[in-house]
Amino acid sequence: MGQALSPGVRVRVREDYPPGHIRTPVYIRGKEGMVTRALGTFPNPEVLALGRDGLPKKALYEIRFKQKELWPDYAGSEADSLDIDIYEHWLAKI
Amino acid sequence: MPEHANAEHHGHGHAEQAPHAPPQPDEKIHSYYQVLGLALKALLIEKGILTADEIRRTIEFRDSITPATGAKIVARAWTDPAFKARLIANGTEAIEEFGLDMGATHLVVVENTPLVHNMIVCTLCSCYPRNVLGLPPSWYKSREYRSRAVREPRAVLAEFGTHIPGETEVRVHDSTADMRYLVLPMRPAGTERMSEDELASLISRDCMIGVSLPQRP
Amino acid sequence: MRGPHDIGGLPAGPVDTEPHATTFWEKQIDAINQLLAQKGYRRTDENRRYVEMLGHDVYNTLTYYERWTAALSCVLIDKGVLTQDEVDAKVAQVRRQLGADAP
Repeated sequence: MGQALSPGVRVRVREDYPPGHIRTPVYIRGKEGMVTRALGTFPNPEVLALGRDGLPKKALYEIRFKQKELWPDYAGSEADSLDIDIYEHWLAKI
Repeated sequence: MPEHANAEHHGHGHAEQAPHAPPQPDEKIHSYYQVLGLALKALLIEKGILTADEIRRTIEFRDSITPATGAKIVARAWTDPAFKARLIANGTEAIEEFGLDMGATHLVVVENTPLVHNMIVCTLCSCYPRNVLGLPPSWYKSREYRSRAVREPRAVLAEFGTHIPGETEVRVHDSTADMRYLVLPMRPAGTERMSEDELASLISRDCMIGVSLPQRP
Repeated sequence: MRGPHDIGGLPAGPVDTEPHATTFWEKQIDAINQLLAQKGYRRTDENRRYVEMLGHDVYNTLTYYERWTAALSCVLIDKGVLTQDEVDAKVAQVRRQLGADAP
């Protein structure tokens, strides 16, 4: 397991495109956001999807993004945000 | 008839089908899947993997959980500040007080305030707090909601007749992992004298998903 | 480079906000899926992977519960719980029974 991330830390979502069952949507890859919650550790869903036990567990984090930074022509408010739960191996501290 | 949740099936004028386009075999495909579902059920029962009784009881249990279940929890949170604090700190544990459990998932309750309006989606599939709200509505599982809720939430809210002021942050939660999100709406003004049951009747499923606001008394 | 399910942010039409009741057939599929996960036949995550593996055309043609039915068939056959021959024979039998019951 990598170093633990604390709320407030800024992260970038890895921009890779592995085939297979991934729970990091394409729209969030390569984007930068902030950790808002550490959600605990869980078996890796990418491996659970293969019928295996997904161990060792991976840390899961709630990451918050500003909508205006996700979408070039975002039409809502400046303050609007998006929260999404991402596993540690998809995150790098900036 | 199976529900058709895809936009691809809608919006083409019946009068103007291109003469060279082959007839779509969609009806035969949907009919096949109806039959396949029944066939799989029959085989699973024949092989002793499932019983008809288990299936029936599972359906009944699933049907016993409705948005009214969630509304009771919200109404309690509105009237009992200590419960509300427990609910927000650990939703999974707090709902045990109602005899509910989240199974393999975890409940995270997100509170609407004058500063933040929360809205829930699962873009990748249809993760939903089923153990508190029951089965998700068909629109929640639709391509249109899943793709647009993250991209243009205010436009989607408007389609539900909901308008959030520009100064309030609209915060969309995409449920990508084992957390299941429930919105705790703001208690409407003028409800101070209402009982918990009366309050619960103001709270619709849609306001616990975050696409609507509670009714005013 | 998206799976057929990875649709967050893609353009789409208006949301059909009308309530559409879940049919009894759909509830059965839902119950079967839940029971099979509880009994350890396959994990929820495997089920999701099988739905994603249906590919774009199938994913977009089938309805939500039809996709689950398709995934269910694939995973049960892959794991050797059922064979395709058994499934095909049962489909034919169910069709005959439904034909016989039709007015």
